[in-house]
Amino acid sequence: MEMNKEVICIVCPRGCHIDVKLVDGKVANISGNVCQRGKTYAEAEVTNPKRVLTTTVSIIDNGNQKRLPVRTKEPIPKNLLMKAMKELKNVTVKPPVKMGDVVYKNIAGSGVDVIASKSWE
Amino acid sequence: MENRDLVIIGGGPAGLAAAIEAKKNGVEDILLIERDSHLGGVLQQCIHNGFGLHIFKEELTGPEYAERFINELKSMNIEVMLETMVIELTSQKKITAVSKKYGLIEIQARAVILAMGCRERTRGAINIPGTRPAGIFTAGTAQRYVNIEGFMPGKEIVILGSGDIGLIMARRLTLEGAHVKCVVEIMPYSNGLTRNIVQCLNDFDIPLLLSHTVINIHGKKRIEGVTIAKVDESLRPIPGTERYISCDTLLLSVGLIPENELSKMAGIKIDSVTGGPIVNQRMETTVEGIFACGNVCHVHDLVDFVTQEAQLAGKGAAQYLKSEKPSSQRMVKVDVGEGLRYVLPQIISPELMVSDKQNFFMRSIAPMSKARLMITSNNGVIKTQTLRFVKPSEMINIVLKKEELLEPNIEFLRFTLREEGDGYGDE
Ligand SMILES: Cc1cc2nc3c(=O)[nH]c(=O)nc-3n(C[C@H](O)[C@H](O)[C@H](O)COP(=O)(O)OP(=O)(O)OC[C@H]3O[C@@H](n4cnc5c(N)ncnc54)[C@H](O)[C@@H]3O)c2cc1C
Repeated sequence: MEMNKEVICIVCPRGCHIDVKLVDGKVANISGNVCQRGKTYAEAEVTNPKRVLTTTVSIIDNGNQKRLPVRTKEPIPKNLLMKAMKELKNVTVKPPVKMGDVVYKNIAGSGVDVIASKSWE
Repeated sequence: MENRDLVIIGGGPAGLAAAIEAKKNGVEDILLIERDSHLGGVLQQCIHNGFGLHIFKEELTGPEYAERFINELKSMNIEVMLETMVIELTSQKKITAVSKKYGLIEIQARAVILAMGCRERTRGAINIPGTRPAGIFTAGTAQRYVNIEGFMPGKEIVILGSGDIGLIMARRLTLEGAHVKCVVEIMPYSNGLTRNIVQCLNDFDIPLLLSHTVINIHGKKRIEGVTIAKVDESLRPIPGTERYISCDTLLLSVGLIPENELSKMAGIKIDSVTGGPIVNQRMETTVEGIFACGNVCHVHDLVDFVTQEAQLAGKGAAQYLKSEKPSSQRMVKVDVGEGLRYVLPQIISPELMVSDKQNFFMRSIAPMSKARLMITSNNGVIKTQTLRFVKPSEMINIVLKKEELLEPNIEFLRFTLREEGDGYGDE
């Protein structure tokens, strides 16, 4: 089966509109990119797009509920973003927390940990 | 009255970098004043990633970017006053501030760096007709509610304006379970960074309606919906294209305004285009010894450039404090030519440059796929450079070497930006 997907490249401000042709789910042709980096990006975007998830979790500060900013340590597959948000809904951490501390392991089964974006004393 | 060598007003990325740089350049007596209970400025609520690509070659979140500078500041023993708001500044550099802890404070500074950032344009600034119900927020306010206070502004959301904050909030609210119905942009192009269009809208199938605007707001107590319409080339709504969209929340992401009440009090001249002080090569305003950097000067899209500009101001203030009266200095006026909205700094004294390079920041008037930037003086062409994919939303940064500016008899510098292929220049 043949399929065409358009990807807007974000590697540089140029923003190429890249056409990726898929045959039976495999990349058959890439066009519209000006450089190699665009090709690599487009291929990854079509076969396995990943994103860093940034959000907040609950933190108890002197008995008060506050929000601690967190992020995935590495990008995770885009289709896991919503699942990851659900898992983090019930996470509550206690200070002290240091920027970079792991607050949740293996989010949404991705193998990637969630870390604190901020220290909290 | 307290005496200080250098007072910095504002503890966002601009104030932090300026303080650190001034200290590195030999200023010992520094006081940083911040009205909030934390340092970091607007970065504290910008929990998304994308900060620091130029400076750290990493994609940090706002709090992470801020914390690196806060840690450096703390390790240098720079004095900070939190929950203290400056309410008055005179041209003689007398500062009045009010503080929870210290009450009313008066400080005589020898030099001042303004780093107060900017605030968001509100509904009043763009005049939308209709009722005045609850449920209308600026995107930055909504960002604060969600990321710091931890509550949602609503469930069914329309965003007016495609500035970066609006785009970032479209994604954030979607992740938190809201339904973002569309982003409505009056211009035929977006005002946001391409990466934000892709990762905040396209990723979640949120439509971006270009050349559209909100022409009416409905609802009595709480907003119930908006009427949107397509606009023509003069940005006037086209009759017959009206469409009703129900929503319980309208976010405005329609631009930022530099925060310059204090600057005006001190008699500093403001550039009517940037909305911030007119500055020279070392970020000094028209009042000697008062410097400015970051969003208080002009609205930035990348925090990296804020940091660079602040470092320049920090160095400039250190230079000023070492020798308050420079012996000879020429004033070269920077002229904004065709194709550009503004260029900063607006004035250059080449002899007084703090390093052997000078950064110029500018914004184009319109998007251009290929453009030629030309810098000329009364002596002829100084530099030309071809730029790709210029957009008004992405600031242009051009570096000139000191030699290039030290020509004799230089009176002005003119920057022009022209779309390539119109028979201009040597092509
Ligand atoms: C919502 C949003 C999203 C952004 N996203 C990105 C991004 O993804 N990537 C990127 O690189 N950049 C981004 N930016 C840009 C970047 O964050 C800003 O350009 C930068 O924070 C500006 O720094 P600043 O120090 O000039 O101002 P601010 O961060 O606004 O700091 C100003 C500080 O001054 C204080 N202050 C003001 N008046 C007084 C007074 N009278 N007395 C005492 N203190 C005072 C304020 O409380 C504040 O802390 C974003 C900006 C916003 C608003």
